[in-house]
Amino acid sequence: MIGLQHYLVVSTILFVMGVLGIFINRKNIIIILMAIELILLSVNINLVAFSVYLGDLVGQVFSMFVLTVAAGEAAIGLAILVIYFRSRGTIAVDDANRMKG
Amino acid sequence: MIQVFAFYLFACIMIGAAALTIFARNPVHSVLWLIVAFFNAGGLMILLGAEFIAMLLVIVYVGAVAVLFLFVVMMLNIDFAELRAGFVSYLPFGMLIAIVLAAEILLGLGIWSVGPIELAQRAAPVPADIHNIQAIGALLYTRYIFLFEMAGLVLLVAMIGAIVLTHRGRSGVRGQNIDRQNRRRPQDAIVNIAQPVGKGVEL
Repeated sequence: MIGLQHYLVVSTILFVMGVLGIFINRKNIIIILMAIELILLSVNINLVAFSVYLGDLVGQVFSMFVLTVAAGEAAIGLAILVIYFRSRGTIAVDDANRMKG
Repeated sequence: MIQVFAFYLFACIMIGAAALTIFARNPVHSVLWLIVAFFNAGGLMILLGAEFIAMLLVIVYVGAVAVLFLFVVMMLNIDFAELRAGFVSYLPFGMLIAIVLAAEILLGLGIWSVGPIELAQRAAPVPADIHNIQAIGALLYTRYIFLFEMAGLVLLVAMIGAIVLTHRGRSGVRGQNIDRQNRRRPQDAIVNIAQPVGKGVEL
């Protein structure tokens, strides 16, 4: 029978996959944003699995807020990407130094 | 038995699609694999009994976020071969970090177990006789109404921010000046003259 641990292991693997995606695609910010989406998806799986196995609905409500933040973050991130590409002609973020930070 | 099979099917396809998302050469393929991963995550949520979250995943992630990614990837003319230049040199360090992180989390999971939890300690116990969507709606529109509206505010700010960031004020375009248009009165625009016969009109 499938238990809570199974879902936790799956979400762990997905989380690690997202972190790995950030590390190996250091230049391509589109893939980095997708990796962040994967991380947030694994968090959602975690929240819903706990919510179901502990019999508490709050986890599902919170997973909706995570979804909201993920959607907003994708929109803003892609907007910044578009204006960065417009001014630089590339999206290689490893040499982004426009703000001299 | 069918549940076990479905779980392993969804989980394996989702993890495989996630791996292909981060390893694919072409970002368009990455986005398409991301969509596959989201669909299978929706399947996992269905399996858990959270139908509303599953539908939300399909609608919000596949219908909005992934399509947004697809638009941006296809709209920008990017040399993707150049962006993959350091891929192989980053791989060993990334793998090391990933393996260490996975080992740590799985170790934490291994020594952790769910203790008995008293029903009275739950914030919102799952009602036995109504559907998942109904229960979530009853909770979201009553106790979490403030958070729900704040989530709407977050989305509004994100939308306005995205529009403001990407808006291009182009010069040389004759736009509508609404302020000037509203300030214009009939007596400024129209002149009555007594025009003599046979004379020209002075404009």
